[in-house]
Amino acid sequence: MKKTKRFLISNAVPILFGVLCIIGIYLSGTPISTILSDLVNRFDRNILLVLSLIIPATCGLGMNFGIVLGAMCGQVGLVIVTILNMSGISALLLAALIAMAAAILCGFLAGKILNRTKGQEMITSMIVGYFSNGIYQFIFLFVIGGIIKVEHDILLTGGIGIKNTIALDNMQYGLDNLSVFGMNTRVDLFTGIIFFSIFFAVMFLIGALIHRQFTKKLVVQLVVCGSLAAASSVMTKMPRFLVAKTLIRIPIPTFLLIALVCFLMQKFMKTKLGQDMRAVGHDREVAGASGIKVDQVRIISVIISTVLAAWGQIIFYQNLGTMDAYYGHEKVGTFCVAAILIGGASVKRATIGQAILGTILFHLLYTVSPLASQQLFSSSMVGGYFRMTLCYAVIAIALVLHVWESQSKDRELH
Amino acid sequence: MENSAAVPVLSIQNVGKAYGENWVLSDISIDIMPGEIHAICGENGAGKSTLMNILFGMPVIAQTGGYIGKILVEGQACSITSPEQAIAKGIGMVHQEFMLIPGFTSGENIKLNREPLSANPVSRVLGGALKTVDFLKISQQSQATLDKLGVSLDESRMVDSLPVGYMQFVEIAREIDKENIKLLILDEPTAVLTESEAEIVLQIVKRLSSIGIAVLLITHRINDIMEVADTVTILRDGKNVKSIPVSQTTPGEIAQMMVGRELDLGSIQKRQEPLSGEVVLSLRDFSVDMSGERVKGIDLDVYRGEILGIGGLAGQGKIGIANGIMGIYPTRGTATVSGVPLKLNSPKDSINAKLAFVSEDRRRMGFAPDLTIAENIAAPTMINHNRFFRKVLFFEQLNQKAIDEVAEDYIQEFQIKCTGPNQRVGTLSGGNQQKVCVASALMLEPDILLVSEPTRGIDVGAKNMVLNTITKINREKGVTVIFTSSELAELRQVCDRIAIVSDGKIVDILPADADSETIGLAMSGDRR
Repeated sequence: MKKTKRFLISNAVPILFGVLCIIGIYLSGTPISTILSDLVNRFDRNILLVLSLIIPATCGLGMNFGIVLGAMCGQVGLVIVTILNMSGISALLLAALIAMAAAILCGFLAGKILNRTKGQEMITSMIVGYFSNGIYQFIFLFVIGGIIKVEHDILLTGGIGIKNTIALDNMQYGLDNLSVFGMNTRVDLFTGIIFFSIFFAVMFLIGALIHRQFTKKLVVQLVVCGSLAAASSVMTKMPRFLVAKTLIRIPIPTFLLIALVCFLMQKFMKTKLGQDMRAVGHDREVAGASGIKVDQVRIISVIISTVLAAWGQIIFYQNLGTMDAYYGHEKVGTFCVAAILIGGASVKRATIGQAILGTILFHLLYTVSPLASQQLFSSSMVGGYFRMTLCYAVIAIALVLHVWESQSKDRELH
Repeated sequence: MENSAAVPVLSIQNVGKAYGENWVLSDISIDIMPGEIHAICGENGAGKSTLMNILFGMPVIAQTGGYIGKILVEGQACSITSPEQAIAKGIGMVHQEFMLIPGFTSGENIKLNREPLSANPVSRVLGGALKTVDFLKISQQSQATLDKLGVSLDESRMVDSLPVGYMQFVEIAREIDKENIKLLILDEPTAVLTESEAEIVLQIVKRLSSIGIAVLLITHRINDIMEVADTVTILRDGKNVKSIPVSQTTPGEIAQMMVGRELDLGSIQKRQEPLSGEVVLSLRDFSVDMSGERVKGIDLDVYRGEILGIGGLAGQGKIGIANGIMGIYPTRGTATVSGVPLKLNSPKDSINAKLAFVSEDRRRMGFAPDLTIAENIAAPTMINHNRFFRKVLFFEQLNQKAIDEVAEDYIQEFQIKCTGPNQRVGTLSGGNQQKVCVASALMLEPDILLVSEPTRGIDVGAKNMVLNTITKINREKGVTVIFTSSELAELRQVCDRIAIVSDGKIVDILPADADSETIGLAMSGDRR
């Protein structure tokens, strides 16, 4: 009983939003496969951006609203490869390289600023984001075409500044649907499940072989993977799942990349640098007294976060196919913070699991809430309003609930 | 080559240190041999922490102009300017406030920033910071160190789930785990521990000495010194009173050397006529939950017209008593003022019961720095007694003239050095600020005035004035005073009786002319 209570209290935020999602799905009256198809796309676009919040949180910097900087760097990369008339995966790779260089520089500068405002990192990173938005707009409205002469049709008709909306048609799905020996890799739902079941089963087996540990957990993992694969291969033939099969597309390369990032992130936390970051996150003073270079560690964490966010933004737009050059990055910080908080993270501690769960719940709610309000109030205006309010409400509620949660934990201790 | 046993592991020669003009340490010389347990004791402010800061190379020393004299480690002169250098020389330190990472296991804390690492493919390309931490080795090695101390503690326990005593063990283990450790400095290691935990720490100290590590033990607990130390050095007012083998001294002698002094504070006349003996304030089973200064169920009677001193070492609870009576910190028990029960935990009720408080926390609770002297003196009375207002039609207006007049009176009476009643209090010197605090408390026309640490952080001349003022209020206005202070000399100068607090309890109530030995022993927790 006490255990259940503690579980409920310490997972209050994800549970609350899980319930809201279920109510929303019920009220929206939309078929599950439509919702799922939208959700997979949104997950694909946002997860890397959300993951980029984890390392600064571990390092004690709170929620890094400064990933807006990273998002801008990603867009800079995309604009440059568009001007160069590149296409496909090579365009995305070059964009990622350019974005990384820019993000390392921006992350370094942002880290320097955050080191001067210890204790107020969240508000500082938010303001740094707003401020650099000004510089970004200056570059894209005046510098390109005005100072650096460019001949390309993404420029405004006057020849100075770039257009608001940029078509990325020749890069769309460049990663999601990476052509391997002429095969499509953005596959239907069941093929995707079969592929990843086998992939994870193999990974678990390799892991067990390396560590020479064959536990009960491994058996469970293999059985789950096996039955998922088996079920999918049966369902893919059944006509009643035909809609789901055709509607939901799984981008295998992107998901593999995300799995790789998660894997590396976990490994990274077990390195000396990762251990130092944990120490700095728990207690800056003590870490410093034991000789850890606190400021340096914090800057590195901001750089990593900014680079991941830059790549995340590139993945976002290669899926979407059109880029909003001036507004696309603006809300990235708030949306991703809202997502990870819904997943049960706090400003002090965030895990990969919380990022994944949070992204799913947030975007589920984001998809169904306008549909639900359309059904309830028969007005799409209310739906749009509802969606915007939701995001800010989420951050406020999640923050309050976390305070309440840590207080009730304190009470239990004393 | 000299015989290594004859070379002191640490030799301090004629070390002195001044903060500005103020010499807090002068001409200190101490030798510590390998494996020796050397205790340093002294009152608060005797210079113990300054000496430790010098030895461990804390930045505060270099920032304030460094020190004079020589320090030799194993016979070689060296200047230690940072903690890293001290560690490299084989000096370890366990600070009074714990330096542990709360969310880490004991093992991770013991190995903090010295983690065993193993290379991986990425680290070979990108450098050492990406080497993998070997958590298995962390647990094995740290467990071995803990076992070496003779403590039964599992290294995988999270530090924030440990009792305070065990945190102390982890701290010591971390220092011992460093390979070249020769000297361990322990700053008040038993101050916050229970009896049985303190006992284990003392056992650890003995064990360290037996494996050849010298221990510098800073403590005010005379019992601890008698139990483990080989040699004891007594500091008083920044001077080395005496270094003596423990076998050649007694607890009484140490206590006397620690506090034995008469401070020349000018002439404060002794009370002529005897006291009435009427109880004006009485506390029963009185507990105050003030962190760091806990009061654990005391009984105390205060007589009308007396000055009662409350003394004791820092952190023992003497500060908590006045704060509890005034309702500032959570309080349990009963308090009676002139026979009427006092409602606890309510500052307003305490003030209405004609109590007034001059807080030890002058900057935060004593005054508003941006208001003028006149406003500061008048504010408590305006709020509590609704004075200094006049009616203008339907509105109440400040009567600025009356406020200024009262302020002028106090400036005259207390000789507050200022340009006039409209000077901002933040621009006054510490002693004059304190006088403003006393004045604003007196404006409430209290029966009982509680004054805590009024001379903290002010110079000697100003101290004298403040103490004289307090005595004058008592003698001329008949106000009962409860006077809390860390400075024994002050208490003996001003008070009629002195209550000594140790571990949240009143150990003894002594007459002001009790001898230093008795008071010293009471302060370290020994009942007469």
